[in-house]
Amino acid sequence: MRVTDSVLTVCLCRHNCNGNAYSATHPEVLAVRHLTDSLIITSVNRPPFAMEAEAPATEDPGRKRRVHGMLKLYYGLNEEGKADEKPQSLDPCDINGPHFDPEHYLNKLRRECSLAELMDQETCMVKQIRSLDSDMQTLVYENYNKFISATDTIRKMKNDFKKMEDEMDCLSANMAAITDFSARISGTLEDQHAQITKLSGVHTLLRKLQFLFELPARLNKCLELQAYAQAVSSHRRARCVLQQYSHMPSFKGIQDDCHAIMDKLAQELRQKFRDGGSSAKDLSECVELLLQLDEPAEELCEKFLSHAGSRLESDLQGLEAEIRPSQTASSVKGAPARKSPPAGLPSPSSNTDILEFIDRGCNEFVSSLCLVITSYQELFINHAQTGELASKNIPQMANGKLHVFVDDLAARYFSLVERRIQEEKGVSDNSLLVRALDRFHRRLQAVAKLLPGSSVPNRGTEIVIGAATERVKQYLAALQSFYVDSLTDVRQALATPRLSLAAPGAGSGRDAPSGLPELLSSLSASILNQIKSVLASVHLFTAKDITFSNKPYFKGEFCCQGVRESLIVSFIKFVCQSSRQFCESAGDKGGSTPPALLLLLSRLCLDYETSTISYILTLTDEQFLSQHHSPVTAVTALCAEAREAAQKLLNHYVKVQGLIISQMLRKSVETRDWVNTIEPRNVRAVMKRVVEDTTSIDVQVGLLYEEGVRKAHSSDSSKRTFSVYSSSRQQTRYAASYTPSAPMDTNLLSNIHKLFSERIDIFSSVEFNKVSVMTGIIKISLKTFLECVRLRTFGRYGLQQIQVDCHYLQMYLWRFVSDENLVHFLLDEIVGSSAHRCLDPAPMEQSVIEVICERG
Amino acid sequence: MEDDAPVIYGLEFQARSLTAQTAETDAIRFLVGTQSLKFDNQIHVIDFDDENNIINKNVLLHQAGEIWNIGASPADKDVITTCYNKTSDSRVVSCAAVWRMPSNYETGSHESPDDSAHNPQTLELLCHLDDSAHGNAACVLWEPMGDGKRVISLADNHVLLWDLHESSTQATVSSTAMLEGKGQLKFTSGKWSPHHNCGQLATASDTAIRGWDLRTMSQIYCMENAHGQLVRDLDFNPNKQYYLASCGDDCKVKFWDVRNVQEPIKTLEEHSHWVWSVRYNHSHDQLVLTASSDSRLILSNMVSISSEPFGHLVDDEDLSEGEDNHQEDKTARVRLCGRCKEPLKDSVVSTYEEHEDSVYAAEWSSADPWLFASLSYDGRLVINRVPRALKYQILL
Repeated sequence: MRVTDSVLTVCLCRHNCNGNAYSATHPEVLAVRHLTDSLIITSVNRPPFAMEAEAPATEDPGRKRRVHGMLKLYYGLNEEGKADEKPQSLDPCDINGPHFDPEHYLNKLRRECSLAELMDQETCMVKQIRSLDSDMQTLVYENYNKFISATDTIRKMKNDFKKMEDEMDCLSANMAAITDFSARISGTLEDQHAQITKLSGVHTLLRKLQFLFELPARLNKCLELQAYAQAVSSHRRARCVLQQYSHMPSFKGIQDDCHAIMDKLAQELRQKFRDGGSSAKDLSECVELLLQLDEPAEELCEKFLSHAGSRLESDLQGLEAEIRPSQTASSVKGAPARKSPPAGLPSPSSNTDILEFIDRGCNEFVSSLCLVITSYQELFINHAQTGELASKNIPQMANGKLHVFVDDLAARYFSLVERRIQEEKGVSDNSLLVRALDRFHRRLQAVAKLLPGSSVPNRGTEIVIGAATERVKQYLAALQSFYVDSLTDVRQALATPRLSLAAPGAGSGRDAPSGLPELLSSLSASILNQIKSVLASVHLFTAKDITFSNKPYFKGEFCCQGVRESLIVSFIKFVCQSSRQFCESAGDKGGSTPPALLLLLSRLCLDYETSTISYILTLTDEQFLSQHHSPVTAVTALCAEAREAAQKLLNHYVKVQGLIISQMLRKSVETRDWVNTIEPRNVRAVMKRVVEDTTSIDVQVGLLYEEGVRKAHSSDSSKRTFSVYSSSRQQTRYAASYTPSAPMDTNLLSNIHKLFSERIDIFSSVEFNKVSVMTGIIKISLKTFLECVRLRTFGRYGLQQIQVDCHYLQMYLWRFVSDENLVHFLLDEIVGSSAHRCLDPAPMEQSVIEVICERG
Repeated sequence: MEDDAPVIYGLEFQARSLTAQTAETDAIRFLVGTQSLKFDNQIHVIDFDDENNIINKNVLLHQAGEIWNIGASPADKDVITTCYNKTSDSRVVSCAAVWRMPSNYETGSHESPDDSAHNPQTLELLCHLDDSAHGNAACVLWEPMGDGKRVISLADNHVLLWDLHESSTQATVSSTAMLEGKGQLKFTSGKWSPHHNCGQLATASDTAIRGWDLRTMSQIYCMENAHGQLVRDLDFNPNKQYYLASCGDDCKVKFWDVRNVQEPIKTLEEHSHWVWSVRYNHSHDQLVLTASSDSRLILSNMVSISSEPFGHLVDDEDLSEGEDNHQEDKTARVRLCGRCKEPLKDSVVSTYEEHEDSVYAAEWSSADPWLFASLSYDGRLVINRVPRALKYQILL
């Protein structure tokens, strides 16, 4: 019982020790704890005394074990030996079991065992009880000793704890004292700390003040050394402070000093800025500093621009000077240049060509403009956007100013370029101009990139377009003048042999018209070549490597409207028109244009209609692949125009040639006294001349035009049969008409004849063939003859002469016309009319007429 | 609105000369002079009955010679002038004379046309315009709107102004003018201007048109090379005093403002041969007749250069002679003036192809402004009317 009590006490004691935080590490406490631990172990190992007094104590370890197990059981720790004990415990005969029933055991023994055995059992039992008793005595003894020592130990612990408690109290008292001391020390030191802090603040302030006081000197030094940037940055640092304390006189003094210096500095900067000698970089630096000095940005912008403007201005003046002297030089040089044609091209810019000019413009003006724009943007726009000093609208303002500035200068530059381009009149070298324009345009792209919203590149493109259209116009003019010149050449070529044609020598006359086809082919070939070369030149504008060729204008409108319409189509129209003018201007007298030229032009126009126009236009369309947005003049329309011109020219040719012959005939009829003429012996010379001229015209036309179709020929067109035919026909006519008693019959006969013949249009359109042309000419001539005859009065021989003449004409003219009946009819009319107009109509014998005519 | 068919009348002889009877304003009457070297020449007085579309003719003998030109007095409808060729001793001479037609010739109109040759009456010679000293007469011009006392004859290169006295039985040259220049200049034709108080004359010679002032008998303007070839005929616009039409061998008809002699205002080129005659309509000067040796007669509507370019009516006083009795006509125009402001286009109204020989003369009737006659060399006289559509277009 005491054991349990002591254990409890120890446990309590342990609890107490754990609860005291102070003594956790205390050596006494540790010792106490050790003690209690060992105590518990010993008490556990000891079996309880009161139990199993009669338990066999034969084998100590087994017994011990059992005792141990029982202790465990007692203390509620029965985790081991459970399985062993259960079967034993149920048997009431098991002497060691818990359910042992001595009665039952005794009964069982008495029943089963013999006396001897019972005796043995009884001795054995006594022996066992005796050993058990001794064991128990030993145990009790041992345990008692242990209890004694434990009690001693506990008593000793009690004493030690008390000592420990005292020491702990002492410790806590000491600690309180220390804390108190420390608080007192920090209390005393606090004052000094604050003072030190204040002192260090004063120190920095003093340093700043020193800076401030030194500032004027420093600034001055910077100024001397021209370290403007440093000066400005220093001043910037001090500025706010000075501003803040400006109410104090000393600071005010410093501020004033600084202001003065900075003003000086600004002055100097401005001076530098104004001087303009400095490079753009210096300048921009300058501006940057000034900007930092709170110079008004707007003013600075203006100054910067005006300064840059003045430099650009000088560039422009240089350019202008390049135009001017060339102008004056050309006007001065013009006269001697004309005197000596081999001196050189009549190009107005003999000293610099356009490429050089543009080059110079690009290199000087445009590049420095770009530089100005970049530095300006750097300074005023990009910078200001980041810098806090600029209010929000400064970039916009600056941008606006820049635009105005650039536009203004660019406009002047453009006007110069335009002037220069306008001087470029000579169409000789287009590639130079195109290259110049290309460069011009290319360099403007840089400006466009720098200044996105600017109208400059558009203007530049406009100029290029203007130059291109101007160039096209010039080419058109050149083509036209070329055409006119070649016509003059042709005219001259025609005129020289024509003189010899007028001379009686027929041989030289033959040579002349034989040149017509060659003239025609050379004319048309040279025109075509010229057109091709012009197209090639113009094509440069749309070359792939030219920057502006991919502009929509050059892709579409230039090809379509510019080249095709206003160059090629206009030229073709011009050819047609000028051809038509030949017909109109030559209306009076008809002598101004040589007929051969008319014929040639007519053929030229016809050739144009049939092939050349479509060829040229195909060529153009191939070279200038346009998308055909805008309506273009159709090939058919041009062809129609050309055909019309050809028709007009040919008609005019017929008219002119007809009139030339008519004129001869008319003069011959009008100037003769037909009443008192002598008997005809010869065909009149004028008739021979008519036949001759007609023949040469026939040859001439034959050179350029095909034969054409004739209407029904008389089966054998030999002269012989023809004259028989005509004579028989004439005789019947005359037989009727010359009977003096029957005027009515004549009328009737002629009217009947007219009823059945077609109406003859004298000046009518002709077809494009030789026969038709010749028919036209002969019609005109004979009709004139008829009308003239009707205005005259004839004597007998007069009539006979007409008869002879008409017969002669009949002999030769029929072969030229498409329908020989026409000639017959007209000649019959002539003879008939002269018979009517005859006072004494006595016709000549047909045979005599023939004889005279054969004689020639 | 079918247009009336043309009325055709055939003469036995060839003929070149045609005139309207200027003084006659009631009846539509034309005078035609024939050309025959072998027979007695005739003057056919052709009356056209508008209502019945019938022609009545009277034949008067003109025994002096073949007639090249005929002119009717503006005052006395029986007095005419002719230029004729006289052949004597194998010489041909052109003369001019003033004649009186017998006043009772109209009785013959009831006879059948074919027997008129049986009993033709003869013209009564009033006087010769004796100009043998001045060469061959080309044409004789009466003073327009005059009293029949003054005529001009063009002979070779002379202009002779005659005064007729004693009912035209005596003629005296009051003044002359001569065309001087290189070569043999000859007047081919001429016209006495109805404007400027009848104080101007225009003549054609070769390719030039010349204007003369009759008071001083001096040249006042000259259009050299008015036509490429010979100028054949002239006519004054009856309503516009400076306007003149000419035609010639270059197949063209040109309209001139005589104040600008450099170039014509307008040129027509419709004929395919020489144009021999050009005539303005007396009342509606946009209507122009041209006759050509391509056997065609062309009526053109030259609105743009007429006195009524917008169909607007000119002052009544400006209208020329022979208008007075067309009162209803004029009132119609007055009523409708101010309409059709749109300028009309010049155009060829129609081409008449009834002739089969050269047409040398065309004349408007003096009585009916919508009627005209044309004469071709084969002696065919064709009377035509202005198409009704155009007539109403002009009137309404």
